[in-house]
Amino acid sequence: MPKLEPYNKMSKGFDVRLIVYYLALVFIGWITIYSTCYIPDGSTHIFDFSQPYSKQLLWIGTSIVLATVILLIDSGIIQHYAYFFYLFCLFLMILVLFIGAEINGAKSWIKIGGFSIQPTEFMKVATALAMAKFMQEGKTATQRRYVWIAQFALIAIPVLVVMLQHDAGSALVFASFIILFYREGLSAGFLLLCIIAAFLTIFTLMLNETYSLALLTLVFIIMMFINRTQKKKTRRNIMIYVASIVFVFSINFLYEHGFEPHQKQRIDTILGKTSDPLGADFNLNQSKIAIGSGGFFGKGYLKGTQTKLKFVPEQSTDFIFCAIGEEWGFIGTLVVFGLYGALIFRILKLSEKQRNPFVRYYGYGIAGIFIAHFFINIGMTIGILPIIGIPLPFISYGGSSLWAFTMMLFCFIKLNDN
Amino acid sequence: MAQDNSNRYYIILGVLGILLGIYTIRLFNLQVLDKSYQRKANENAIREKTIHPARGFIYDRNDSLLVYNDAAYDLMVVPNELRDFDTLELCRVLDMEIEEVRKKIEKAAKYSGSVPSLFKQQISKEDYGYLQEKMSEFPGFFVQERTLRTYPQPIAAHILGYVSEVDEQDVENDNYYKMGDYIGKSGIEKAYESVLRGVKGKQKVLVDVHNREVGPFNNGDDDVVAVPGISIWSTLDMQLQRYGEELMAGKRGAIVAIEPKTGEILCLVSSPNYDPNLLVGTARPKNYGKLVMDPQKPLFNRALQAAYPPGSTFKLANGLIALQDNIINTSTVYSCSGGGYHLGNHVVHCHNCGGLNIYSAIQRSCNTFFCRAYYNILSNRKKYKNIDEAYTAWLNYMNSMGFLQVFNTDLPYELKGRIPSAEYFDKKYNNSWNGNTVVSMGIGQGEAAVTPLQMANMLAVIANKGYYIRPHVVRAIGNRDSLNTQFNEKIYSKIEPRHFETVLQGMKMVVTAGTGRGAQIPGIEVAGKTGTAQNPHGRDHSVFALIAPANNPKIVIFCLVENGGFGATVACPIASLMAEFYLNRKVERTDLEQRMKELIIK
Repeated sequence: MPKLEPYNKMSKGFDVRLIVYYLALVFIGWITIYSTCYIPDGSTHIFDFSQPYSKQLLWIGTSIVLATVILLIDSGIIQHYAYFFYLFCLFLMILVLFIGAEINGAKSWIKIGGFSIQPTEFMKVATALAMAKFMQEGKTATQRRYVWIAQFALIAIPVLVVMLQHDAGSALVFASFIILFYREGLSAGFLLLCIIAAFLTIFTLMLNETYSLALLTLVFIIMMFINRTQKKKTRRNIMIYVASIVFVFSINFLYEHGFEPHQKQRIDTILGKTSDPLGADFNLNQSKIAIGSGGFFGKGYLKGTQTKLKFVPEQSTDFIFCAIGEEWGFIGTLVVFGLYGALIFRILKLSEKQRNPFVRYYGYGIAGIFIAHFFINIGMTIGILPIIGIPLPFISYGGSSLWAFTMMLFCFIKLNDN
Repeated sequence: MAQDNSNRYYIILGVLGILLGIYTIRLFNLQVLDKSYQRKANENAIREKTIHPARGFIYDRNDSLLVYNDAAYDLMVVPNELRDFDTLELCRVLDMEIEEVRKKIEKAAKYSGSVPSLFKQQISKEDYGYLQEKMSEFPGFFVQERTLRTYPQPIAAHILGYVSEVDEQDVENDNYYKMGDYIGKSGIEKAYESVLRGVKGKQKVLVDVHNREVGPFNNGDDDVVAVPGISIWSTLDMQLQRYGEELMAGKRGAIVAIEPKTGEILCLVSSPNYDPNLLVGTARPKNYGKLVMDPQKPLFNRALQAAYPPGSTFKLANGLIALQDNIINTSTVYSCSGGGYHLGNHVVHCHNCGGLNIYSAIQRSCNTFFCRAYYNILSNRKKYKNIDEAYTAWLNYMNSMGFLQVFNTDLPYELKGRIPSAEYFDKKYNNSWNGNTVVSMGIGQGEAAVTPLQMANMLAVIANKGYYIRPHVVRAIGNRDSLNTQFNEKIYSKIEPRHFETVLQGMKMVVTAGTGRGAQIPGIEVAGKTGTAQNPHGRDHSVFALIAPANNPKIVIFCLVENGGFGATVACPIASLMAEFYLNRKVERTDLEQRMKELIIK
């Protein structure tokens, strides 16, 4: 470790901008949750604890306490207990598999008294911390190959457990660590491979494997022609061609056998393979109607009809963006975009400036998680991505996710300060 | 550690920026450019309900209620909002066939996907309660409250008319109407549709995803309040109408009673008739079918739409014309002998009345006298150049007394009647005809056919001594004192007033000592005229014309009983009982009344 300069020992002060973005998003979240539950007859009362908006007030209060505690403790503790925290969350997640309650098809909740907590949310921050710590320690290792494998395992284990809980959305979020890996030297070729694989996947699912094979063959023939004089490249081309064919068939196999029917239906809807506005893609359609009907300026606070009349499902949690889009219009959605964009860019910028690589690893890790949540959640409400139930950080109703994201962000603010 | 990957920071920023850009463009497209989502949101959440105002009531001239409303519930369907529902359950509740349900939805979808269409009208209160609870299981359906016409007395069906669902033609003619609305289809309901219907209101309500109404949209600021229909007061006397219908029970025919001073129709009986309640509600189509198929033709309004040979009552008009044209005066005497009026080898039979003046000719209904008078009218070459001109002049007199025209007031479908033109006879007789060719019209037979309403109107002309007011059935709109003045114009006939005195005198003698003695009412001086209309299809029609009291007429009555035989035997007592009932509000001749009510003429 490089010697720390004296002025670095002193607190520069916590990053105020991140705290402001955080408070703004939490505030927007709360007023929107209030709006989705608001009934114009006057029976809405802020301290009615059977209602989500009152409960959320409780979560916000406790989150602020949590944030304060994080800012007050020694940042060494965060680093020191990273593995322990990771294992603890993993333990809870495995526990969920046995004693968990099932909500919306995903068995990922532990009920304690009147409240439910979702260990998966905390697993994300735990994985980011553990990954940062591991990468920092692993940097000096001589066996790079094993380090990569261990890093992969660090992600693969929670993903496996999450998949067993039938929570595909959260599993997808863990893929966001690729941003951290890319920043830290993952070869661009590998990333390109991932992109090509994704393209092939979509192409195969949208049409069928025959078209994919035809396309592959066409590319293969062109490549063979270009590289006809280079024996080495010819051999490589043949290998890639064969691997691609195997990939295409396995995609099809996975799609047919690896997904639940309702998940397949959602994927088909996004790919434009089916259109059944009153059936399976009802939710997506209603979500788009709610956002689209907001227009430029929105219908006005507490005046949204689609969200209030329950046309949009899960409107205070996964589909909360619909309520914002409907009541605040394009202006409102731009504000949310702006706040998230600013938050993510700020985290990335601060991470990049950090001299302590642990903080940078952690910063890129959580930035990836925020990016994944933001783009997946909003992408699903506006019909760019299939319906994948994950919350919109800081805005969606829910204690577990608010606590976990608060922890995630304030650990960074604290770490960044040292 | 100066790792070489810090440039990737910018690549990550760039990719993020592009993604944010794509999302923003997508949102801009969704929220700002594409306006269809606003419409879809409204279709989702806002249901525009039509508030149907209560239809105006109809009272009789004495404030008795003839028509009012009862609550009913219609099941409406919005095809675009339909989703899978338990068709069998709906069929069970509504007692319908699956095929019928499918057809109705198809029909509604053809009309409009988003505008509610009537699915089933007038469901019972029990079904309404049940459906209201289960509405969430039938998305796309909702119940709308409506009113149904109700008739406390089963009378005056023809004149009140009926209300039914609009047809495509109605919707095309007036964009006020939407499919499923109701419209007055005949009678007063039709003539005063715009007054009675009121103004529809609009209400926007919020509907949640379970198809439940949760409250007004925009605090009801966009709603339009329905304006209830305006009540009207008919000229009918409900009790007289009912009495007339009772007297005509078991007979075919018509009674028209008019208050001559005002042209107000006091009663308008067409028999056989039907209970107007039959044409209300869901039983309507079935009952209507039955009425249409009934060989007695109860739907046929004989008072306005049947043209009968007027019989001897027509002599009154011809007498007036003869007086006006100076063919006769009060001292002119024609002799009746030899069995009647001889035309070559044809004889218009009479009873060898001897020498008669106009008074006694009316009194005894002398065919010879009126044939001769009529012949002389048409042969008056001092005044008219030829038969065509004379005949046309006679037609014009008739016309001025209300014949050969429709009054076009507020009555349903009037028939014009048939009295042929001079051209008709020119053609028929190859320009070779004279007064004797058509002489039977002088006594109300032959080619002449007029409606009971026209005959009653002619009596009003006599009672008013020269004019009539077009007969109508509504006297006040909105409140009972706001008299309906649209029909109060006095229309004068071409006959001088003094001649009416003469005819009226003859009519008094008919009742005091002539053919119509049965019309006498104790304490009231009655003027009348019998008639026996020859009927080529069977027994003669019994006809009676009555004016009472003779010196200050308050009512004129024309009564015709098909196949009733002599005027004196059926029509005369019925008309007399009607006059007695109207003027005294009670009838003393209960034996006669009983006999007439029980009389059945097949």
